Amino acid sequence: MNFEDHNHVVVIYPHPDDESFGAAGTISKFREAGVPVTYLCGTLGEMGRNMGSPFFANRETLPEIRKQELQDACKVLDMNLEMLGYRDKTIEFEPRNEMAERFKKYIEELEATLVITFYPGYAVHPDHNAMGAAAFEAVRRIDSEKRPALWATAFSNDRDEKLGKPNVVIDLIDSFDKKLDAIKAHRSQAEGMLSQLLANSEADDEYEAAMERFRYEGFYEVNVDDVQY
Amino acid sequence: MEAIKLEEVQKYINQFTNQPVYVHLETTNGAYASHFNENAYNVGAYIRNAQLTYKQGKIVEHEGSYRVGLKHDIGWIYAEGLTDFEFTDSQQLLLAGHDREGRLMVALEISPEPFSY
Ligand SMILES: [Zn+2]
Repeated sequence: MNFEDHNHVVVIYPHPDDESFGAAGTISKFREAGVPVTYLCGTLGEMGRNMGSPFFANRETLPEIRKQELQDACKVLDMNLEMLGYRDKTIEFEPRNEMAERFKKYIEELEATLVITFYPGYAVHPDHNAMGAAAFEAVRRIDSEKRPALWATAFSNDRDEKLGKPNVVIDLIDSFDKKLDAIKAHRSQAEGMLSQLLANSEADDEYEAAMERFRYEGFYEVNVDDVQY
Repeated sequence: MEAIKLEEVQKYINQFTNQPVYVHLETTNGAYASHFNENAYNVGAYIRNAQLTYKQGKIVEHEGSYRVGLKHDIGWIYAEGLTDFEFTDSQQLLLAGHDREGRLMVALEISPEPFSY
């Protein structure tokens, strides 16, 4: 994997924290190789259920808290951030064509050579699937000779059975700090989860427990003409 | 937010009677319920900024959590499982029910102005 071969990477996910759980290590490897990365973040996770552990947010303060957490995580990862202003839980009700055209414009203007998004149908949350479908459609609409590579995150329970194993796997054994720092920037979402990970693991500390769970980032490299979505 | 104090919340509920208010009502068991347990169903609903005027409202305690009913001219607003409250600087009454991990399960909020986002 030659990270420096890329010109610009565009990450397209719907929620603040998707980028950190799904791709933070990969993003930091691109940044170390000098490749710019831009995150198109769909929503502010306004309808999240996690309010901190113990909880410190409420339904009305959560959007601003998550916005700050998102900006902090992007600072950790040294990546550009574009907040697209959709609303949590409603992505699947937006016109896919309009979203695809909007994403396509970013991809073309940034001269992206790689798009990272969710694999529609295999990403569990309706926002993930809908955001991924619009991103796939955006890539499909770009002339094949100018088309960026497409990596998709999938984690549904039927993933291995239906798709096989991810064909791009990034090992973070020697660069896990950035990933953990990015996850921890999302304090309202991650704190409870990280302490639970530690409680349910044999690991000595949070770093080890998180490493057990998040050491590898897997993606499916997809030819958009070959898939249904 | 802090643990619901019945008299205090009842006072705020009374304060909003017979005037136009905006209501946020929500319940959810999360988007991952059936991902983590194949026998579970994902269930959730929310209404944001329903505008109405209620003429009576009451909060009732039941074994450590609370129910609220608001009666308006042509129907009701109802929520169960509320545990915590806050009255904000912008005069919004926020009520929510959280599970042991602090995750939101139900919310009922009343405001004289539309909720943002
Ligand atoms: Zn997400």
